[in-house]
Amino acid sequence: MSEAPESQAAISEEIDCIGEDYEHRGVEETQPRLEYPPYRSSVLRHPTKDPVQVDPEGVDLWAPCFSERDVDPLEADLTIQRGGEPIGERVVVTGLVRDGDGRPVRHQLVEIWQANAGGRYVHRRDQHPAPLDPNFTGVGRCLTDGDGRYSFTTIKPGPYPWRNHHNAWRPAHIHFSLFGTEFTQRMVTQMYFPGDPLFALDPIYQAIVDPHARRRLVADYDHDITRPEWATGYRWDIVLTGTHRTPIGAEEVAGP
Amino acid sequence: MTARLPATPGQTVGPFFHDALPYPGDRHLLAPGTPGGVVLHGTVFDGAGCGVPDALVEIWQADADGRVLQRPGSLRRDGHVFTGWGRASTDRTGRYTFTTVRPGQVDGGRPYFAVTVFARGLLNRLFTRAYLPLPDAPTTEVLDAAGDRAETLVCAEDDLGLRFDIRLQGEAETVFLTYPGHSSA
Repeated sequence: MSEAPESQAAISEEIDCIGEDYEHRGVEETQPRLEYPPYRSSVLRHPTKDPVQVDPEGVDLWAPCFSERDVDPLEADLTIQRGGEPIGERVVVTGLVRDGDGRPVRHQLVEIWQANAGGRYVHRRDQHPAPLDPNFTGVGRCLTDGDGRYSFTTIKPGPYPWRNHHNAWRPAHIHFSLFGTEFTQRMVTQMYFPGDPLFALDPIYQAIVDPHARRRLVADYDHDITRPEWATGYRWDIVLTGTHRTPIGAEEVAGP
Repeated sequence: MTARLPATPGQTVGPFFHDALPYPGDRHLLAPGTPGGVVLHGTVFDGAGCGVPDALVEIWQADADGRVLQRPGSLRRDGHVFTGWGRASTDRTGRYTFTTVRPGQVDGGRPYFAVTVFARGLLNRLFTRAYLPLPDAPTTEVLDAAGDRAETLVCAEDDLGLRFDIRLQGEAETVFLTYPGHSSA
């Protein structure tokens, strides 16, 4: 491949065309398209055949179980993992994890990872020449509480360049990995910060072609979460898909 | 059951998950070499037939007696407690490996590993099943629905144990699954 990298203008035009086509069709989509050519790495990595619709059974109706044995409460604070204070804007990110029926997902695992304030990941393949922060790993975990609430204290990540096209930049985001109460609810996504000027330019965010659906990945600034003289606060609630298990007649499961 | 609230959209796992999601013992549901254990392994391929070096595969399964367990400890394995859940990132050639047990029948159904696949370039997670290769087992609704592609849902016995390749795209594309209440896009 010796072609010159494509311009943002060319990628933006593709994004706009797909968006206009979606508007004209008028059929609501709520998840990202798997086939979304402006995100070049997706071209060879999306299925081309329709998925087979399945009624969940057996093991599908349960999710793996995590507890305090798996997760140390300190893992929810990404600002205390090393000897000193990481650099950047300290933020609290919190919200509820619910299923599609509105029920809280209690005592379940939430994992996050992110770039540092300069937009750099610790990951060895990240070649962005921004400084690493010796006091920031960008990795955290927690269990939701009895109301389905998660909470992390971290540093607001910076945007970073990537090689999808010439001068491509990702909007600042935190990766989230989520489990529900059954296997079918497993989900990995990214949370964004409000007002990011890179939203319109980013083919990963725009792969969710519906503007209302995209907006569901953007946290809200919430002054009630902001802590005086300490950290700004963001609220981001997460909804997993519905459950299928009937509460009555649920199978017996082996105890611990 | 139809979901009342629209689900939060998924996004790709991206290229930088390796410091966050993998952990010591993630792929060893059973300590390697344990009697009764089996290796479940395979390669994740892209549409050009190349191994995907930045994919992540998770399995969730019943134990050998067909019990679905609700036991903590997956993230800090002690080598004794079987939890039924594991996670394996692919290597530079796209290979993944688990050591586990062959799942037993749950409610009389044909045994399978429930599988989720994540990768850079894959915009949302994919669900599939890896059925045990049981030549005499009755077929299932899912295998019937998969028609002439049903083979992609069945492990092959090999020297190492059970082989289950995952083809994201292409001629022998793996059958991926969707559940009621999921929207494919």
